[in-house]
Amino acid sequence: MPVIEVTNLHKRYGETVAVDDVSFTVEAGEIFGVLGQNGAGKTTTVECVAGLRVPDGGGVSVLGLDPRRDANRLRQLVGVQLQESQLPDRLRVAEALELYASFYRDPADPARLIDELGLGQKRNTPYDKLSGGQKQRLSIALALVGNPKIAILDELTTGLDPQARRDTWSLIERVRDSGVTIVLVTHFMEEAERLCDRLALINQGRVVALDSPAGLVTSVAPEQRIRFRPSTPLDDRLLTDLPQVTAVTRSGAQVVVTGTGDVLHAVTSVLARNQIIAAELRLEQATLDDAFVELTGHRLTD
Amino acid sequence: MHAFGQILKTEAKLYLRDIPTLVLTIGLPTLILVVLGLIPTLRQPDPNFDGQSFVTYFTPSLLVLTLAMVGVNALPTVLATYRERGILRRLATTPASPAALLAAQLVLALVAILTSAVLLALVARLAFGSPLPQRPLGFAAALVLGTAALLALGLLVAAVAPTAKSAQALAVPLFMVVMFFGGVYLPRFLLPDFLAEIGAYTPPGVQALLDAWTGTAPHPLHLGIMAVIAVAASAGAAKLFRWE
Repeated sequence: MPVIEVTNLHKRYGETVAVDDVSFTVEAGEIFGVLGQNGAGKTTTVECVAGLRVPDGGGVSVLGLDPRRDANRLRQLVGVQLQESQLPDRLRVAEALELYASFYRDPADPARLIDELGLGQKRNTPYDKLSGGQKQRLSIALALVGNPKIAILDELTTGLDPQARRDTWSLIERVRDSGVTIVLVTHFMEEAERLCDRLALINQGRVVALDSPAGLVTSVAPEQRIRFRPSTPLDDRLLTDLPQVTAVTRSGAQVVVTGTGDVLHAVTSVLARNQIIAAELRLEQATLDDAFVELTGHRLTD
Repeated sequence: MHAFGQILKTEAKLYLRDIPTLVLTIGLPTLILVVLGLIPTLRQPDPNFDGQSFVTYFTPSLLVLTLAMVGVNALPTVLATYRERGILRRLATTPASPAALLAAQLVLALVAILTSAVLLALVARLAFGSPLPQRPLGFAAALVLGTAALLALGLLVAAVAPTAKSAQALAVPLFMVVMFFGGVYLPRFLLPDFLAEIGAYTPPGVQALLDAWTGTAPHPLHLGIMAVIAVAASAGAAKLFRWE
């Protein structure tokens, strides 16, 4: 049962087409990624979903409601974390959460949320004294304080150091595990690969691919390459007989097997059955980055 | 209602944490009054001012100082800063109406102005024997309408200024005009008659304040004009207001 349905969304600012033709659905309980370069139309797309902008064409349905007509009902059900939105400098962490909690009919307990997000030591710290990572966690807390069914998080980890970024990712996984559907806008490949169950890849206002991260990689580069050094001499036919294997070559003492599907499992099973140990086993595979280049014709982060 | 109460409480806390601005806004007119009152000749009755002392004559003009600082300077700056930093935009994604934030800011501006007015009137009375406003009802009407007109102009500035800087750029000339015609820069008896007359019709309507303070009923036309400005400027602000 999809919780968000976007069909043929179109949005322009004057002469500039921000979103040309975007369609996707988001299922309950998943982390859905909207991936693309800066200016690809990601933010405009989710802003239409959040009811902050009026589409010029196409339809958006969120939890069966219209983001414009049923705006008041949806704001109770959808938490939004925006890019570049701040809080007053002198507002303290606990005050911000208590303020936002007062807006909702059935809010989360602000004190508990503060602890869960690791801001317990900072509850009385003013906003301008927080680090980038702490501000980001507070912003996520504000998106969650209404106990939303859906959380829309735009450029979650931009500007964070690698450790803070990883901490934020774990946090998002815990939020998903608690039953919240998450829409994640990002231009970080690693983030998309790590977090997202499914991805919409957006390029110049259009969806160019829609799949799981692994599915996207497989669709553009189905072949995987396995390298290993066999512990005893190996008859190539053992491997070439496998339906998943397309080619076997040698490179010095190394065997290089090319194949598709669950080729790794097939190869290791055969080796085990013949009591051959595969030393220095490596699996080489295209990355999501390669898939992105293949699908859009340019790299994500340049 | 719960949300509005919480917004008001939060904004009040933020207001109280900005001590320098708070002291300046509420205390400056009284401070100037005290400094002027220390000069003996300014405390003598003077035929130029219908036998009042200069200090008594000048007190309503000092009230204009607070009105201008809060109405056309502080209010638009706060709101434009909130817009510039995405605070309004973020609020727009929640069930809270951003209008509740505006209402809370207006309430706080009114409280600041009233506190400042009461402080000024009391110090003028106790320290310099100036009479309290002689027509309390007329004075209250003139103060409320004049304040409303100025706050509405402040909202109009806040409505169109995308950043705190541009709010200042719009507010400063407006502030100067209000202060000039309000007789703060030059006492109004030094202004040519036609300029003093203009001051009666520019917010906050210092003539009506002066009349009510000294015992003449404020002129209905003066009050009416403040009401018209208040309504027109707020309507304009509501029409032009952007949350981002």
